[in-house]
Amino acid sequence: MADRRWEGELKLVTAVIKPHKWEDVREALAAVGISGMTVMEATGHGHQKGHTEVYRGAEYAVTLVPKIRLEVVVDDHDVDDVVQAISTAAHTGKIGDGKIWVVPVDSIVRVRTGETNESAL
Amino acid sequence: MDTGDTAWLLASTALVLLMAPGLAFFYGGMVRSKSVLNIMMMVFYALAIFPIVWFLFGYTMAFGNDVGLGLVGGGEFIGLRGIAPDTLTGTVPTYVFVVFQMLFGVITVGLVAGAIADRAKFAAWMVFVPIWVLLVYAPVAHWVFAFDSADGSVKGGWIANQLGALDFAGGTAVEINSGFSGLALAIIVGRRVGWKREPFRPHNLPAVLLGAGLLWFGWYGFNAGSALAANGTAGLALINTTGSACAGILGWLAVEFVRDRKGTSFGAASGAIAGLVAITPSCGVVSPMGSLVVGGLAGAVCAWAIGLKYKFDYDDSLDVVGVHGVGGIVGMLAIGFLATEAGLFYGGGLEQLGRQAVASAVVLVYAFVVTYMIGLAIDKTIGFRVEEDVERSGIDQAEHLETAYEHLGGGSTLGG
Repeated sequence: MADRRWEGELKLVTAVIKPHKWEDVREALAAVGISGMTVMEATGHGHQKGHTEVYRGAEYAVTLVPKIRLEVVVDDHDVDDVVQAISTAAHTGKIGDGKIWVVPVDSIVRVRTGETNESAL
Repeated sequence: MDTGDTAWLLASTALVLLMAPGLAFFYGGMVRSKSVLNIMMMVFYALAIFPIVWFLFGYTMAFGNDVGLGLVGGGEFIGLRGIAPDTLTGTVPTYVFVVFQMLFGVITVGLVAGAIADRAKFAAWMVFVPIWVLLVYAPVAHWVFAFDSADGSVKGGWIANQLGALDFAGGTAVEINSGFSGLALAIIVGRRVGWKREPFRPHNLPAVLLGAGLLWFGWYGFNAGSALAANGTAGLALINTTGSACAGILGWLAVEFVRDRKGTSFGAASGAIAGLVAITPSCGVVSPMGSLVVGGLAGAVCAWAIGLKYKFDYDDSLDVVGVHGVGGIVGMLAIGFLATEAGLFYGGGLEQLGRQAVASAVVLVYAFVVTYMIGLAIDKTIGFRVEEDVERSGIDQAEHLETAYEHLGGGSTLGG
């Protein structure tokens, strides 16, 4: 377990993006030194309000659109770079590009070694 | 016995068997993920129970010597008694004929299941199938498929002999029969929870396309096998089956392009089936060019006909009425115009068209009325429909103690 006192802060960056931008975002995160993250397939909608699909002539309003939701915990110093990287890589300029939000994290533990906080990043 | 004919009918029988899992996938992909096992099980149950009922009573009711008026066969073959390996039907062993004809009924009753997908008690379906085989399928198969023997010693059914309507492989007995039996059950069982309000999105269109492909493959045995011989008629049925399926796809897609400006994969699969349905009665009597007309017409008409359920407010879940009922009528009536020996367009006059219409109408009404009565009796006694919360939470889990897929993460559980 890391012995020295924790002085910085940890942040959880959560981004909801278009599925087809996932590869671009992954590369952009790698370029700013992010190697670990959690990625989920998700559905949702913002102002986009879904789209229409047609099955045997019957129109369905599909309100929940497929998205990728990714979460990465970073040192406070890196937050701006990470958010900028995701934002740039996920951008298409069209409706439904997604959202990124940042919240503080109290603590973090690496399960394998028991390391905590910045050592566990 | 003719070994060539026998070999072809053996092969055709195996092809038709594959239509059962084909239909299970075709239907299974169309329902929501929470009810896929239930609809596939309805088809597989039909495959299990139909042969047993057929061996015991169904075959003799369909192919026993007519008891009079061409309505039903006699009981001389109950339990397949009197049939041995060297017994012949035409040029083929009767045992092969029994199984080949049996599988037509398996597909027919399997098709009916599509009209009540998502909401029928499995126990009610288990009771329904054998009763329906005896009261509806076997008599109608007798009317249509049982021909008088050449020496006149064995009499067949009224549609094939007295009326003289042409139905090569079951436009009436299989298609119109399943379509309007399905309509009767859809009315008895009622509309699904969420009808017209919630989307019933097909959960796996690749499975639908796989199923359509398997059905097409099996349909070669269904139609070309119905020649009951390895001969030119089988060849004609084969080429017409191909032509109609292809034109059916294009006919359906044409309607979609006009209406939605796009062509859907679901429409292509449906169009192939519509074309196959319509060529089923007509594959032995129209020309290859005629098969393109039959298929194109069926694709377009069925693409329109599946909208009728919204207009008349019956929930035929998987469009058995629109594709098989209406497609069967298209094929039967097309014979009146396009049959190269008796059709209106070939100088045959209106007589054949009239016979085709009578055969279609009688089978339609008989299938609807008798199925309605069977359905009503089951609904009033054991109940035909699951509870509303079962329908909402998923019929697979409630009726079969299984779910088809493991849902982890992802949004797939939300839409299913």
